[in-house]
Amino acid sequence: MPIQPLVDAETAAKNMAEKKPRYTPQEASIEANRCLFCYDAPCIMACPTGIDIPSFIKKIAIGNPTGSARTILTANVLGASCARVCPTEVLCEGACVVLDLEGDPVKIGRLQRYATDHVFEHHIDVLHAPAKKNGRKIAVLGAGPAGLGCAAELAQLGYEVTVFDKKKAGGGLNTYGIAYYKMRPEISLEEVEMIGRLGVEFRYEKEIGQSITAAELEKDYDAIFLGLGLGGANRLNIPGEDWPEVVDALDFIEWIHTRPLHEVPVGRRVAVLGCGNTAIDAATQAKRLGAEVATIIYRRGADDMPAYGFEYELAKNDGATFLFHTIPTEVMAENGHVHALRLARTETRNGKVSVIEGSEHTETFDLVLKAVGQEKQAAFLEKIFPGLKIDRKGRVEHNAETMQTNLPQVFVGGDCANGGREVVNAVAEGKKAARGIHAMLTKQKVDGPVQPSRYGSKDGAKGSGFNHPIRVPELLAAMAQ
Amino acid sequence: MADLSINFAGIKAPNPFWVASGPPSNTAYQSHRAFEAGWGGVVWKTIGDPIVNVSSRYSALNLGGQRMVGFNNIELISDRSAETNFREIKEVKERWPNHAVIASLMVDTRERWHEFVKRSADCGADGIELNFGCPHGMCERGMGSAVGQNPEVAETIVGWVMEAATIPVIVKLTPNITNVVYAARAARRAGADAISLINTINSITNVNLDTLTPEPSVRGLSSHGGYCGPAVKPIALNMVQSCADDPDVGLPISGIGGIGNWRDAAEFLALGSLSLQVCTAIMHYGFRIVEDMNEGLSDYLDAKGYKSVGEFSGAAVKSISDWKYLDLHYKRVARIDYDKCIGCNLCYIACEDGAHQCIDLVDASPYGLGPGRVPGKPVPKVREEDCVGCNLCSIVCPVDNCITMTDIDTGREAMSWNDYQTKLAKGETAPIPAHP
Repeated sequence: MPIQPLVDAETAAKNMAEKKPRYTPQEASIEANRCLFCYDAPCIMACPTGIDIPSFIKKIAIGNPTGSARTILTANVLGASCARVCPTEVLCEGACVVLDLEGDPVKIGRLQRYATDHVFEHHIDVLHAPAKKNGRKIAVLGAGPAGLGCAAELAQLGYEVTVFDKKKAGGGLNTYGIAYYKMRPEISLEEVEMIGRLGVEFRYEKEIGQSITAAELEKDYDAIFLGLGLGGANRLNIPGEDWPEVVDALDFIEWIHTRPLHEVPVGRRVAVLGCGNTAIDAATQAKRLGAEVATIIYRRGADDMPAYGFEYELAKNDGATFLFHTIPTEVMAENGHVHALRLARTETRNGKVSVIEGSEHTETFDLVLKAVGQEKQAAFLEKIFPGLKIDRKGRVEHNAETMQTNLPQVFVGGDCANGGREVVNAVAEGKKAARGIHAMLTKQKVDGPVQPSRYGSKDGAKGSGFNHPIRVPELLAAMAQ
Repeated sequence: MADLSINFAGIKAPNPFWVASGPPSNTAYQSHRAFEAGWGGVVWKTIGDPIVNVSSRYSALNLGGQRMVGFNNIELISDRSAETNFREIKEVKERWPNHAVIASLMVDTRERWHEFVKRSADCGADGIELNFGCPHGMCERGMGSAVGQNPEVAETIVGWVMEAATIPVIVKLTPNITNVVYAARAARRAGADAISLINTINSITNVNLDTLTPEPSVRGLSSHGGYCGPAVKPIALNMVQSCADDPDVGLPISGIGGIGNWRDAAEFLALGSLSLQVCTAIMHYGFRIVEDMNEGLSDYLDAKGYKSVGEFSGAAVKSISDWKYLDLHYKRVARIDYDKCIGCNLCYIACEDGAHQCIDLVDASPYGLGPGRVPGKPVPKVREEDCVGCNLCSIVCPVDNCITMTDIDTGREAMSWNDYQTKLAKGETAPIPAHP
């Protein structure tokens, strides 16, 4: 049966309402006053963009939310999105000393949202680009978090920046791919506009290799930044994969962002293949939009799942079910529409997954969402930039400090460089690349920490996640994937 | 962008935030760190004949889980030689020529004052601060607060100093006095260029109920200490304003007393300070706190349209008057916002037991159900006709903007106590009846 929307507008709005609404001023004040204002704080070390967290929280506590937003956005231009979507449990909040003191960390994410909301709502611009540009031009490919991080930093350094993106609007996955109840696309679009006010030019519906070529860019620009992300969903390579109700999970999530919630078609019985954070997002949103059943099907066991522990809990609370040690072997259809999945049980021996003979069975599903990872774009990138070195895992090779690739004019950051990590990592890498580009064009070495020293000494901060990240245990495990 | 630089009695600084005389200004190392962090000036830890300090020097008042709301010390002046101190001031000034470095001094005889005043100028200090406030140890030897508490003695010593001074002289006043204005006037009469206040307040922060000794305990014995930190700000603000408003003082004021952030600083400036000194907050958090102070003050001045610190200094001095000039016909009453009320009933019991019994607990039905409004549980309601507008309920209420003190138009002309007495004498008004 073809899939349809399953809930009315009111129910959809209620189910997809923000999980963590904004603080009132008093709530923000009370929470901000829990912060101890540590010196050389672990939370700063855990933040990939090295935001001076104690400083921004203190400014909220004493009634200076504009100053607070300034501290946040100078380190991380997408501080407003990150406040909503960062896995703070395994980053700053996981490192917070108050977690050890009281068992409950300072709610850094929600405080960061409070400060950034303040400047957005009051139309206060806390970032500024120099009036006089330095005459150099940089092309940024991709208006997602990595490209935005790079563009904003370069604009503040006085460069003329042009960002190209194949879609109609900027923000990348922030606009099209984040769980709706975590962040509205409007926030991402406001961030893009803010970066535009720094003088960055955006050219939409321009695809590299189609409307623009690498050769043109190399001629017209002093440097190029690649923030192209990852490709479409990986193929399953099983029969029936091309039936219409076998959909890329990210496409499903994009529907949620580009049409009214109550018009998003959802299966009654939804299968989600894969068990990473995207799979969780797909399953939870399917349930919230009316699916009776949303089942995550994963080839390994619960202990091996790539999704964060707190995401697993979230999915269970939403009523998603989990089939571990199971793989799909065939998608079955009736009258041209998906109606079941043929599944087989697996077992893991010495890390290797193998199918158990004779374990095949069938389960009914009318929508199959693929969240088994996105294709790397190796072939595509090699075609566009001949000679660009890509590693065995499909990631663009680069210098870890400057983000420069083997092509001297070309720099890289974000998912196409790191294989697929968080928004905050993409922003940090975009910023690193900007500093790398700046160092190359001014013939200097890349300079110290992200934020000017706030520690009263030229020695600078002892630790900033931008340069010397620390990791909390779960993030360590996630990193090892 | 507002100009944060100041010219304080001839001492120039890039911003008004100075490190106060105390442990944070003990060494050149610390001064370098302070200036790197963004402070505009440093007032050196008081130089005199070197003393010996005890071990166990500080204690604090912690309130409701908040640490160091008040701070107390029995530490004396510098225990480093005058030689070392003056040499380090010279070193600091060479590296930071545009920042203010002020030598704080405390000696006893006229000759010694002349000598130290000259050495301060010779080492390149921008000014001198006279410590007439240390309330422990030194006052037992006839210095510190022993001088500050006695305007005549203070005037004499300032006179000695002015005989030899070639750089501006600031007199630091003690709050442990009946009326600090008399001490300030004495400083003025003797020719001082400025005053700074407050120094620390006599205190004991606690008694350990097991050992029956306060902290700081020195082998079972304690001593009266000097209190400072956020808790003393109201006392300091009052004293600063009274000096700023007194026509016989008329000197630039450096405000000290519990400043921890830009708001505190702005309050001191508004009540008449031109520079600000901070000690306790640095001891709590380090020199980095000045970043917020500079940024917050600058943003505030911009937002309010002030071009400089100097323009803003004193903006609220005239908002404080003698009580007898307050308008007896002004009326305000408390109004509760039931959408915000959480039903803690603290306003009720405060008014009932602690003030004027103008709040009743009534049936919640007319106000609809909500937080604090459940069937069977009454809600507080102000009896406006009896409410005297004392503010107590709005103060105890834990929810911001739930109880607002609202102005009521009585339709009557302003009448102060002064006016009232005059009118009564002339028979132009009937006596205001006493409360039952």
